[in-house]
Amino acid sequence: MIIDAKNMQYAELNKMVRDSEEDKFTLDNVLGQRYIGAGLPEGKEILINGTPGNALGAYLNGAKISVHGNAQDATGDTMNDGAIIIHGNSGDTTGYAMRSGEIYVQGNAGYRVGIHMKSYQDLFPTIVIGGKVGDFLGEYQAGGIIVVLGIGVEGCPVGHFCGTGMHGGEMFIRSDVMPKGLPVQVCCTVATQEEKESIRHYVERFVKHFGNNADELLSSNFFKLTPNSASPYKQLYVNNL
Amino acid sequence: MAINYLNPLFEVVRNPDRCIKCRVCERQCANEVHHYDPDLDRMVADETSCVDCQRCVTLCPTRALKIRPNENQFRENGNWSQQIMDEVYKQAGSGGVLLSAMGNPREYPVYWDKILLNASQVTNPPIDPLREPMETKTFLGKKDQSIHYDENGKAVYEKNPYLELDVPIMFSAMSFGSISKNAHETLARAAQELGTYYNTGEGGLHKDFYKYGANTICQVASGRFGVFKEYLDTGAAIEIKMGQGAKPGIGGHLPGMKINEEISKTRMIPKGTDAISPAPHHDIYSIEDLRQLVLSLKEATNWEKPVIVKIAAVHNVAAIASGIARSGADIIAIDGYRGGTGAAPTRIRDNVGIPIELALASVDQRLRDEGIRNNISVVVGGSVRCSADVVKAVALGADAVYIATAALLAMGCHLCRSCNTGKCNWGIATQRADLVKRLNPDIAYKRLVNLVHAWDHEIKEMMGGMGINSIESLRGNRLMLRGIGLTQKELDILGIMHAGE
Repeated sequence: MIIDAKNMQYAELNKMVRDSEEDKFTLDNVLGQRYIGAGLPEGKEILINGTPGNALGAYLNGAKISVHGNAQDATGDTMNDGAIIIHGNSGDTTGYAMRSGEIYVQGNAGYRVGIHMKSYQDLFPTIVIGGKVGDFLGEYQAGGIIVVLGIGVEGCPVGHFCGTGMHGGEMFIRSDVMPKGLPVQVCCTVATQEEKESIRHYVERFVKHFGNNADELLSSNFFKLTPNSASPYKQLYVNNL
Repeated sequence: MAINYLNPLFEVVRNPDRCIKCRVCERQCANEVHHYDPDLDRMVADETSCVDCQRCVTLCPTRALKIRPNENQFRENGNWSQQIMDEVYKQAGSGGVLLSAMGNPREYPVYWDKILLNASQVTNPPIDPLREPMETKTFLGKKDQSIHYDENGKAVYEKNPYLELDVPIMFSAMSFGSISKNAHETLARAAQELGTYYNTGEGGLHKDFYKYGANTICQVASGRFGVFKEYLDTGAAIEIKMGQGAKPGIGGHLPGMKINEEISKTRMIPKGTDAISPAPHHDIYSIEDLRQLVLSLKEATNWEKPVIVKIAAVHNVAAIASGIARSGADIIAIDGYRGGTGAAPTRIRDNVGIPIELALASVDQRLRDEGIRNNISVVVGGSVRCSADVVKAVALGADAVYIATAALLAMGCHLCRSCNTGKCNWGIATQRADLVKRLNPDIAYKRLVNLVHAWDHEIKEMMGGMGINSIESLRGNRLMLRGIGLTQKELDILGIMHAGE
């Protein structure tokens, strides 16, 4: 189904997608319509040409969304499964509280990417960013994996306070320079060859979507960020009955 | 060894003439206060870990036990109370933040108790609820302000999603995690039988309880625990938790040691990791951002479910409520500073927020002044203790109330305020299997149903006394209220006259 979204309100557009029995949608001339694909189940595929609005693919439940353009804030908010592939940049809080599925961004992403991302049993979320990200990457991260490739970026491709409150999961940052101002909750090491191999799968998928060379990317230096503790706040309290 | 400066708070008094050494108290106490001493051939007690939950007292077959406050006292001081001194000792010993449970226990004014209800005499006679039909059914959601007609002149009813309550009382959010599975089952079954709703809290929903979905409000909080499509689809409404009366401005933190197999399943996080709900939703910094979350939830659920936004009663609550009424939300829930909790930093619980009575009155007035009162329903909680509190809340402008502490009391809670220890002897605020099984949902849900039915009868009695036969006529009817012993400022905020006026 091909929908020309020009001048269309988001509720009308999303209802057309939701109510349709077809599985594949191409949305042309998208310009700021919010909540596209919210809660959409497995088997559905949306191709977006243009710039979708905030909360693209919120609560996504297995559907696949590709964007030829930039995405805005809160992409993949509380995403439960599926894939969001962005041939462009993505805004703040990309992948907020994401539980499973994958988000691939060709360019840069904003602040608080992957905040509160978590994994559970066979649910395992992945975010791969090609360029750089803003501050607070992986804040409160509780599971899953975030990879920042920093392609074409001078210096470190992540902002300040990366991993504040982190208590699970992993981040891999392709950079020769260690991220600045890391909080005490985070343990930062240079990734070993073996550890780098553990993300080969994700890097290869990135290359498949957007081009580049996986071997070359993986031959660079990566920093691996893991939490210092699974329960970073435990020691703070004393019972006062 | 360092000196322990803390004295036991309580004293276990055992009547040796009555004690038959049956050791029930020993088996019932998860705090391990009682034990049998074979050398002395009698029961002895270590009071240091007693929390005065009354479990042993209640179950002692010969009524041989009493728990009393420890009579030992520090030197009296009007400024430095023994409690304040104890807290200093605790913090000096541990370096920790003081952590407490249940609602603010301090002696702040309870405005419900300073408000009196009206009754009819001679003119506009009272109505006998046993003889006349009385209506306490309540609908929550947006109310249409205008009538639309189609081209044939027929009225078109736009159906906004709503909740239908047989009684104006719902059970407020308590997560599976903060309370036990049996406690959750009790709430769910009672809500179903009463034709009202209970609230999952932010811990997700156990699969066993999906069948109560039509009576379930599913909460979405900053940690988004257990939030996914099926969960959102299951509930009758979705509540966005922005704040909680017991701990305004801070988030939640369920320690990893409490995340067992079952809780890990409903929260959808691995066993043993901390469940941290950050204080803010990190994607909400404005009413516009809140609107985005409200509408995204509506989109994800096909615009079929009302969305509630829950906030704590704080100083600017009226302005905040005005924003929420414009955010696309259908219902606002306001939680007063006496609201309960499974755990909150003591200083936050006891010092942050404002009384729900004042918050409710100012919110209702503000929404009326701005002409947007019908945009949204108002639900209040934070220590609604009895049916008279419900009637006063409705007359101050509430559409319905949330109760939780009273519901826990109906299940057997004795307000020992130690939920945070996870060793609730009544099987409510614990995940220990041996303790959880002490709460029998078959019995407990009936007690809860009894409580709400009794309150409903009392509400009808009070309404009948005022000559009102529908709760709709009581809503915001502040002429039915008078203050007693209140200052002019307090009366002005409450929007009521003083008794005798």
